[in-house]
Amino acid sequence: MRPSAARLLNILVPIKRHWCRTVDYAVKIRVNPDQKGIDLSVKHSMNPFDEIAVEEAVRLRERLKDTVKSIKVVTIGPPKASETLRTALAMGADAGIHVEVPESAPAPEPLGVAKALRAVIQREKEGVDLVIMGKQAIDDDAGQTGQILAGLMDWAQATFASKVEVDVGKKQANVTREIDGGLQELQCRLPLIVTTDLRCRRLLMWCTEPRYASLPNIMKAKKKPIEKLTPADLQVDLTPRLETIKVAEPPKRLGGGKVENVDQLIAKLKEAGITAVAP
Amino acid sequence: MLRNIARTAQNSVRLGHRLSRAGTRSFARTAAVLSEAPLNSLDAFTDEEQMLRESVARFAQDVIAPKVREMDEAEMMEPELIKALFEQGLMGIETSIDHGGAGSSFMSAIIAIEELAKVDPSVSVMCDVHNTLVNTVIRTYGTQEQQDKWLPQLAESKLGSFCLSEPASGSDAFALQTRAVKDGDYWVLNGSKMWITNSYEAEVFLIFANVDPSKGYKGITCFIATKDMGIQIAKKEQKLGIRASSTCLISLDDLRVPAENIIGGEGKGYKIAIECLNEGRIGIAAQMLGLAQGAFDKAVPYTYQRTQFGQPVGTFQGLAFQQARAAMEIEAARLLTYNAARRKEEGKPFAREAAMAKLYASEVAQRVSGAAIEWAGGVGFTRETGIEKYWRDSKIGAIYEGTSNIQLQTIAKLIQKQYS
Repeated sequence: MRPSAARLLNILVPIKRHWCRTVDYAVKIRVNPDQKGIDLSVKHSMNPFDEIAVEEAVRLRERLKDTVKSIKVVTIGPPKASETLRTALAMGADAGIHVEVPESAPAPEPLGVAKALRAVIQREKEGVDLVIMGKQAIDDDAGQTGQILAGLMDWAQATFASKVEVDVGKKQANVTREIDGGLQELQCRLPLIVTTDLRCRRLLMWCTEPRYASLPNIMKAKKKPIEKLTPADLQVDLTPRLETIKVAEPPKRLGGGKVENVDQLIAKLKEAGITAVAP
Repeated sequence: MLRNIARTAQNSVRLGHRLSRAGTRSFARTAAVLSEAPLNSLDAFTDEEQMLRESVARFAQDVIAPKVREMDEAEMMEPELIKALFEQGLMGIETSIDHGGAGSSFMSAIIAIEELAKVDPSVSVMCDVHNTLVNTVIRTYGTQEQQDKWLPQLAESKLGSFCLSEPASGSDAFALQTRAVKDGDYWVLNGSKMWITNSYEAEVFLIFANVDPSKGYKGITCFIATKDMGIQIAKKEQKLGIRASSTCLISLDDLRVPAENIIGGEGKGYKIAIECLNEGRIGIAAQMLGLAQGAFDKAVPYTYQRTQFGQPVGTFQGLAFQQARAAMEIEAARLLTYNAARRKEEGKPFAREAAMAKLYASEVAQRVSGAAIEWAGGVGFTRETGIEKYWRDSKIGAIYEGTSNIQLQTIAKLIQKQYS
């Protein structure tokens, strides 16, 4: 695998389809009676952080214009996952790759996904210069795939990104990362893995963001190609290596209490056993 | 064998869509294809229709919902919101791609109108009038030059308005008095148009005027005019509901319109109005349907949060039964609306179905939104939660684009024709 020779950018956006946490009042996520997983008979849609990644890729193209040669989206999932790819195409991606697994197959784990993505990248004749993906999927909150992929590819990584600026000519990117202490700015060489955080999405009230696929784009998405592959085509084994022992709902929230002042607050915290409190 | 039929049927469904997208009135497909058509439930949508529904629903929730109350209280549509609708491609839904539209189906327009109405019926009616009345008239009756000139503007940035009603003519539409007198290459229009939706913000106006009153309704002609030709807003109405949607009395005072701006030919206005209002009825049915669903979706979850006498009020059988009945009525209105829309797409006669859909959906909207207020109790009565707004907005459903009595008249006449 080599990044593209000319001064052009090929972007790959891996996306995940899972149960949907929507505004839909009827949808409540419930733990299965066997306590091994979630009731999956609810509506499925794209991982919100991956949506942000797709939007960011589309916005990069708006800024960099023709220097972005292609934006491809890839997903590993059952046949229905192609709907999610179509949504991404309607948001502005050019083509999709669907690594199809059977409906009954267990959800792939981050290591398996990263290996599959590596194979996809290596297959790409035009090469891949930038991988933009969500920082984590909200079904398992693993937050590992981007980092593992960077390790496997021996590429730079910039995770929890809230801002991405690319200089295609210099083959580098400036990425602002959200860290506990505030913001960190990294300058990275391409090829690069970026994982997007929440603040990557600019909340402009009237701006029609790529996430609201416009009707003309929806109609265009029909004609965009989706390549179908299997894990065997990629010579990747997606068998899980982890076993879920138990899934349970968080304990119901107990009532709180009110205190009069900071001293009382500190006293209460100490009572509760929280010792790392400065006097 | 079945799969082959399904595949052919899929192609024929697409062909049907392509035919209706071409804008010409699509005639019934050949018998051979029809017999292979799949028998789908009315919940069957194409992938694009489904994606559009989700996209508009999200857009409505994220972008429109936060502004609904403000716009209603101010009785003003946010200009930025109108622009956003254009950018989403929702103002040229059936317009061909060559003309800058989305090249999509009538059903797509209905879906967009329904989803918008779930959040704000004012925004929904703006989109409905623009698409199902203004765009449709030009697409269906305009010459190639007129389509090339006007459709792109209407798809991209200019809001349209449909001016038929007058102070002295509403249901009796063809008793309109606006006069058009020829003056060289121009027609000079004089008169008033009343109850005109979108007129405050619109730049393009379809105006129905009589070129020859001696011919009665056969003199009625459709003109296309722009605001800057001299159309004046005489009065902006203050309404009970859909307050953010502008409804104005407009004055046409020696309005000079180029002769080339006649749509469909002299004296064809009557035919144009009748035919496009049939489609418009399905649009209003969709708006009322979305309204009813929106009110229902807002009030029902509340009934499972509010507890009295130790249980959520929604679990009391009396209230649960009311909700069940409301859900049933909404479903019935939905099926009437979708079926009328599909019939129109298939080139079948749909006047009866459209009248029934509009009539029933507007009644359901009133009943369900009224019940929704009661389910939410005092909270439903305050303007803060937005539930009462649906009830106020629903009233117009029984009045515009053909009053309920007119719809009944239409249906009765068709029954008479069939049975006597």
